[in-house]
Amino acid sequence: MLANLTSSERQYALILASAVALAGVAMAIMGRSDVLGVHGVIVMLFGGGIAWVVMTSFYGPEPTDDRTASYYDDPIKVGIVLSMVWAVFGMFMGVWVAAQLAWPNLAFDAAWSSFGRLRPTHTTGVIFGFGGNALIATSFHVVQRTSRARLAGQVSPWFVLLGFNLFCVLAVSGYLLGITQSKEYAEAEWYADLWLVIVWVTYFILYIATIARRKEPHIYVANWYFMAFILVVAILHIINNLALPISLGHAKSYTIWPGVQDAMVQWWYGHNAVAFFLTAGFLGMLYYYLPVRAQRPIFSYRLSILSFWGIVFFYMWAGSHHLHYTALPHWVQTLGMTFSVMLLVPSWASAGNALLTLNGAWHRVRDDATLRFMMAAAVFYGLSTFEGSFMAIRPVNSLSHYTDWTVGHVHAGALGWVALITFGSLYTLVPSLWKRERMYSATLVEVHFWLAIAGTLIYVFAMWNSGIIQGLMWRTYTEEGALAYSFVDSLVAMYPYYIARAFGGLLFLIGAVIGCYNIWMTVRATPLAATRADVPVQPAAVPGE
Amino acid sequence: MAEVERDPFTGRETTGHEWNGIKELDTPIPRGVLMFLIVTHVWAIFWWFLVPTWPLGVTYTKGLLGIDQRTTVEAQVEDGQQQRAPWTERLASEPYDAILSDEALMQTVRDTGRQLFGDNCAACHGRDGRGRANYPDLTDDDWLWGGGPELIEQTMRVGINTTHPESRIAQMPAFGRDQMLDREQVRSVSAYVYSLTRTDYSTPENLDRINAGREVFASTCAACHGETAEGDMEVGAPNLTDAHWVYGGDLETIIASVHGGRQGHMPSWDERLNTAEIRTLAVYVHDLGTAQP
Repeated sequence: MLANLTSSERQYALILASAVALAGVAMAIMGRSDVLGVHGVIVMLFGGGIAWVVMTSFYGPEPTDDRTASYYDDPIKVGIVLSMVWAVFGMFMGVWVAAQLAWPNLAFDAAWSSFGRLRPTHTTGVIFGFGGNALIATSFHVVQRTSRARLAGQVSPWFVLLGFNLFCVLAVSGYLLGITQSKEYAEAEWYADLWLVIVWVTYFILYIATIARRKEPHIYVANWYFMAFILVVAILHIINNLALPISLGHAKSYTIWPGVQDAMVQWWYGHNAVAFFLTAGFLGMLYYYLPVRAQRPIFSYRLSILSFWGIVFFYMWAGSHHLHYTALPHWVQTLGMTFSVMLLVPSWASAGNALLTLNGAWHRVRDDATLRFMMAAAVFYGLSTFEGSFMAIRPVNSLSHYTDWTVGHVHAGALGWVALITFGSLYTLVPSLWKRERMYSATLVEVHFWLAIAGTLIYVFAMWNSGIIQGLMWRTYTEEGALAYSFVDSLVAMYPYYIARAFGGLLFLIGAVIGCYNIWMTVRATPLAATRADVPVQPAAVPGE
Repeated sequence: MAEVERDPFTGRETTGHEWNGIKELDTPIPRGVLMFLIVTHVWAIFWWFLVPTWPLGVTYTKGLLGIDQRTTVEAQVEDGQQQRAPWTERLASEPYDAILSDEALMQTVRDTGRQLFGDNCAACHGRDGRGRANYPDLTDDDWLWGGGPELIEQTMRVGINTTHPESRIAQMPAFGRDQMLDREQVRSVSAYVYSLTRTDYSTPENLDRINAGREVFASTCAACHGETAEGDMEVGAPNLTDAHWVYGGDLETIIASVHGGRQGHMPSWDERLNTAEIRTLAVYVHDLGTAQP
């Protein structure tokens, strides 16, 4: 991996890694009387480990070719591997917490393995670990290919990728240690948040600088979405995590937002994390890998424009629909509800644009499970955006809120849309990146597809049933005007659905493990493809222009 | 940059953009999309006129319907209370005898009490009220502080070993740990108590120990549990001669109770439930205990 870096770049890398290790030492010393000290040691080992790797090949031969004549694929390859590792970890944690709901004894009576600590390791593991690494890897790939330019940095892509993973490690290990700021999807504490700001701003600068180098007159739609994803996630992350630590030697901090404003900022963040992390970023993926795999032009450029601006504008207003019937003023709730409904058409326009792009390639959808992954992802995207707008309507929300329906909705999006588009994209990307003629086994891709579809459907149907039953039980009154059921009655009614949900999740996890094996064997044991030009534009190679 | 070309499958022209082989068609936005876009916007604007929506500095547009969630929920709470008033008022005020003899009202108590019990009591006493290890069974008609509805109401209001000023206080001292009894005395008195419910334990080889235990019991335990070990509900001392045990009636658990003592806790519900709810639960729990076949 270091063979592509010059000696001065290796020095930068070594200085950066050593600085991280030293920051870890400082944290360990200042936080020695707190769990912060444990995180100091983790940071120190992470930085030290990378410094050691850099040093072991520090004096190796330097690159001799003109590097601008090739794309920079090393960080992408590592990003794909990390993404799959996090997928297995995060999905395993998901199956475990799902099983805990059916069989609480699976917490084994320990603090670290209690539901409250494991649940965020699942959400962070899959959203940031699996999804985030996949987004970083594919965005690096897409921006280079669609700009016909190499990434605008040699060390910075590594800094972004590895720095992001350090954040994920701090977040997940922190939950197990009991460190959390109790904001959903933003649980990591102040020092991890500050680190992510540095990493994310670097990511943004790197991305913009690469776009600026492009040799194409236009910026492709996928890059609009990736840029929206990177820019808005930075804004959301910074504003929601504004907090004061109780001291520099402690992990604990307090948010600067008071009361209901804290709730509003949190759900403005939370909903736009769904919008810009889990939607915009993955739409960037869809817009590149789906037409490449289908070998079809995008159905409508005009529809792309409508859906892009609709999505980025309307989503920003929708967060308050998470706080219907709460202390949040009624007028803020109405805004959230109406903008959520206006968001529906731009969302469906994206899904429709993807599906109509497949016109003329439906025979490929039938024969090629990789393309079918992406087709199914577009269907689930349409389904869950319709469901989301529907659930944002206040009277509907009064039934669905706080029930498993919400969990089912999230997983229709997370499993059906985010994970399926990622697997489809990775199965397209991996052979091309490692220059193999195909994936190791088309049959295993097919098996993975059906396991993922079956797992998602079982999960989502179980949660729809369970959520609606739960919501109805909570609002059923006797003739005398008293509640008909106690809360624990509703839990008893959930039990079979909890088992079904854990089973659906298990199928999905098995699919991901098969995907890991297939990717591994593609890299290790699949013949090289016949050489195919996959390099930035060479002016001399286009004679007569 | 590619030239504008015609896609053979759809017959549409491309935009002329190309990125690494990806092209785009110049398809106009389908009419249905625009129609649907208008429908959702009209729907939204419709709501903006009807209900509170747009901030105006320190105030906001109130909407033509004049709805606000706070007044709505207050009205709903009021409605609910009125719907329940016919029976909640009776349960809150009428003497227990009148309630117990009114079969229709008792049916209401059994329906609503089940939900109240499930949300407030079941965590310790179980959904069916049968208790579990360390938490008393409420269905066996064997009571620590009395099973009449008045007494159950009092226990619920003040709790057991709580900070409520009138809390019921009961403590079984740690006779062994605090060295009020020596090791042999703990064992013998435990054997005696065990023999009260397990007649098969009174074999010739155990008889000496049981007799020694009887003396220890008379001097040490009888003050609370009574000469006959049948307990005393005035002080919350359990009957030791029946088959019902809070902490367990096997010899080892009895030894543990005598050695380490016991001090249970039941919260005070005065602040949390209203009078009608407490009295409903008192009747419900009383009914659980006496309705047993």
